[in-house]
Amino acid sequence: MSTLDAHIPEGPIAEKWTKHKAKIPLVSPANKRQIDVIVVGTGLAGSSAAASLAELGYNVKAFCFQDSPRRAHSIAAQGGINAAKNYQNDGDSTFRLFYDTIKGGDYRSREANVHRLAEVSASIIDQCVAQGVPFARDYGGQLDNRSFGGVQVSRTFYAKGQTGQQLLLGAYSALSRQVAKGRVQMFARHEMVELVVVDGKARGIIARDLVTGELERHSAHAVLLCTGGYGNVFYLSTNAMGSNVTAAWKAHRKGAFMANPCFTQIHPTCIPVSGHFQSKLTLMSESLRNDGRIWVPKKKEDAEAIRAGKLQAVQLAEEDRDYYLERRYPAFGNLVPRDVASRAAKERCDAGFGVNKTGEAVYLDFASAIERYGKEAAHVQGLHHPSAEKVRELGEAIVESKYGNLFQMYEKITAQDPYKTPMMIYPAVHYTMGGIWVDYNLMTTVPGLFALGEANFSDHGANRLGASALMQGLADGYFVAPYTVGTYLADDIRTGKISTELPEFVDAETAARQRMEGFLNNAGNTPVEVFHRELGKIMWDQCGMARNKEGLEKAIQDIRSLRERFYKEVKVPGKMHEMNPELDKAGRVADFLELGELMCLDALSREESCGGHFREEYQSEEGEAVRRDDEFAYVAAWEFADQDPGKAKLHKEQLVFENVKLITRSYK
Amino acid sequence: MKFTLNVWRQNGPQDKGRMETYQVDQVSDDMSFLEMIDVLNEQLIGQGVDPVVFDHDCREGICGMCSMFINGEAHGPGRGVTTCQLHMREFKDGDEITIEPFRAKAFPVIKDLMVDRSAFDRIIQAGGYVSVNTSGNLPDANATPIEKPDADAAFDAATCIGCGACVATCKNASAMLFTSAKVSQFALLPQGQVEAKDRVLHMVNQMDLEGFGNCTNTGACEVECPKGISIENIARMNREFLSASITSK
Ligand SMILES: Cc1cc2nc3c(=O)[nH]c(=O)nc-3n(C[C@H](O)[C@H](O)[C@H](O)COP(=O)(O)OP(=O)(O)OC[C@H]3O[C@@H](n4cnc5c(N)ncnc54)[C@H](O)[C@@H]3O)c2cc1C
Ligand code: SF4
Ligand code: FES
Repeated sequence: MSTLDAHIPEGPIAEKWTKHKAKIPLVSPANKRQIDVIVVGTGLAGSSAAASLAELGYNVKAFCFQDSPRRAHSIAAQGGINAAKNYQNDGDSTFRLFYDTIKGGDYRSREANVHRLAEVSASIIDQCVAQGVPFARDYGGQLDNRSFGGVQVSRTFYAKGQTGQQLLLGAYSALSRQVAKGRVQMFARHEMVELVVVDGKARGIIARDLVTGELERHSAHAVLLCTGGYGNVFYLSTNAMGSNVTAAWKAHRKGAFMANPCFTQIHPTCIPVSGHFQSKLTLMSESLRNDGRIWVPKKKEDAEAIRAGKLQAVQLAEEDRDYYLERRYPAFGNLVPRDVASRAAKERCDAGFGVNKTGEAVYLDFASAIERYGKEAAHVQGLHHPSAEKVRELGEAIVESKYGNLFQMYEKITAQDPYKTPMMIYPAVHYTMGGIWVDYNLMTTVPGLFALGEANFSDHGANRLGASALMQGLADGYFVAPYTVGTYLADDIRTGKISTELPEFVDAETAARQRMEGFLNNAGNTPVEVFHRELGKIMWDQCGMARNKEGLEKAIQDIRSLRERFYKEVKVPGKMHEMNPELDKAGRVADFLELGELMCLDALSREESCGGHFREEYQSEEGEAVRRDDEFAYVAAWEFADQDPGKAKLHKEQLVFENVKLITRSYK
Repeated sequence: MKFTLNVWRQNGPQDKGRMETYQVDQVSDDMSFLEMIDVLNEQLIGQGVDPVVFDHDCREGICGMCSMFINGEAHGPGRGVTTCQLHMREFKDGDEITIEPFRAKAFPVIKDLMVDRSAFDRIIQAGGYVSVNTSGNLPDANATPIEKPDADAAFDAATCIGCGACVATCKNASAMLFTSAKVSQFALLPQGQVEAKDRVLHMVNQMDLEGFGNCTNTGACEVECPKGISIENIARMNREFLSASITSK
């Protein structure tokens, strides 16, 4: 059946992609018109792929569960997108971006894929500018850059705090153009609920029209899953409410391996949890760490006084503050990678230095930046002895121009003014590096099924660097899949239309219908949300920022019994053939309840600490992660077995490092 | 906190619809408005009543999906916020709150508070893009400098989230603010010039076909727009439209 060959082309790393592309068989335009492609998801990965494949001449059907492709969660990305343009002339290059990504990922990603990503990165920016994406520019009219964590160059392109929005609207406009031409048929408010596999190949999907509730059969010669990440398995995360694993999980159940599912990114700078009914967490972009300094009080008494509301952050003198990232990691300071910054925040809060009511928050302070920018601006304006107020005013204006919308967002949620008092932040689940296993061509272990964007596991190893997900989504969709999917389809030009009357379609539809009817007819009393919340708590406590054997084993038992209770006790109101968001949610939570167990299993079997995966048993005396390359330099790819997520079979893809040396990551 | 909610319930596009009154308690002031509706829905499910259907996804003011007309205002009280960014601290304990869908002929109700805004997608399909194919051989991104003020103004226009509050607020249900934001983004950028004429003509035409009303310059849209999209964009679109109509054959 499925084998684990990554199909990495031969040759030196810098030539692999070029040579591989040159060998790709061409499909004539007339033949392309005979070929159907399904793209599930219209985020950066899906919109760009659908538009590009349609431009090439394939018949594309695109799906998303929101009311419009423009609302995919890529829209929420704030900080920026990386590209090795070296516009700042600070020594950036394709190799450096490649190197930074491998190192940032803690040596758990595949060299060949990452190098290709770095190679195509520059074209992404050209493409987006040509589409009219309004990136930030400097006074000379050139594109501006900022810096993100884990790197020492400025290679991040941005559009204020709305980079994802602008990039997605760019891809959406390309998609809309193809919809207008009739090359893409768009199915909004549709959710994929089954994958259809015929003779071992992905040949279609079953989708639920979320408005009418009807189940529909859609066939194609290839299916692309661009369905985003599964961070919502933790219930609270920075993902959108609808973000789910259902499409990926249904594919997993039909033969697609899940790779490194436990590799989760916990983002250090999010607005802390405030109450039980909280439904999601909000990110404060990493770009803020360019200018914000992170600290907690040096003395426990001060932290206690702050928590009790008797002391204000601004009243604390410089020498009573512990800028712990600057202290522990002088070379990278506040810009250490996310996993390192998150763990350091947890360490301080666990030690009793947290600064909000719950004790789970640290400060992100802009006072120094406001002063520095203010002085610079005064100098430029020729003010030689500006007053402190003037400096503040000028400084605040500059900080406003850089991060205005983020500050505003913060103020709306917390009712505090971050220009005057430091922000309070805490780590939260943000991104999933793990995902569907794909080979070099982004094809999964099911022939004809591809996975793009956050849904695959491909490029970020055990930790993703900031501003690299947008890059990867667009790289996959604009510049990789159009070639590699084409290669696969070259063999399909004589296949003809795939009939949706095939027994495989009938069976898949029946399975989906029975599942849904099962929920609706269940005699339970508990809303879906309750189970989701409970799962989230198990995952966060045992499979979050720190993990250990005992906790993971317990989590697996807890999830299994929660799953049992879910099927017995869940109550889903409403009917099948109508708009029924509770029914949609039940299906999604059912899949999270299976994925959660697999994540714990994966975390249990990886007896090392790397990137976002921190096993307490494997740490140095200073509390830094200890990687075990001799035994664990592999991708863990899990095959679904025996109708039980806990019985998944492990396959190992050994990682070979020929171009970077495996060394211990150090940001000191 | 406790609230009395008058909520619009409508079973489908054909249903006449009606207001229903519910009580919620257990609300805290740092809850968002949608979290308050979540509490209501958990309560309704417990009582065997169908939960209230509404659109939402990102819950951080950027996807444009949430769309409630609260106490007579699109996205409720407060400027520069979407429904999901509204917090209960904006209300007083014991308040009565009326919640309706975004209403417009071009936005038919799907169910309860959820409406169909696909007309916006079709306006974009009519010309809200630059016709450039995916290609690894485009000119370098820095080949054409763009003056910062133009780039910034294009960005500001491009921050529209397509929520439809402008339409719901306008007494004519006009989509001028939404459409002009997209037209302006491209009008301000060199990349948008080639297709400028066709773009504005086609998009305005589509807007009319969808059944949106005319603009009578009341400026209400700008006030309720959560993203502060300026009505200067409408003026710019009118200029573009005029010059395109004069010069096109
Ligand atoms: C708040 C936030 C800020 C971020 N900031 C940055 C940043 O500054 N820089 C950066 O590089 N990255 C950032 N990221 C990460 C990045 O935004 C995402 O990883 C990336 O956008 C994912 O894109 P995607 O196309 O893979 O998926 P998404 O954009 O999530 O799209 C998923 C699509 O799949 C569809 N879908 C899902 N399931 C189904 C189903 N069952 N049936 C039908 N359709 C389905 C959805 O409708 C949607 O269209 C951020 C993420 C978050 C949450
Ligand atoms: S112009 Fe403003 S109100 Fe109208 S759709 Fe755009 S963001 Fe919403
Ligand atoms: S839910 Fe996304 S803008 Fe409100």
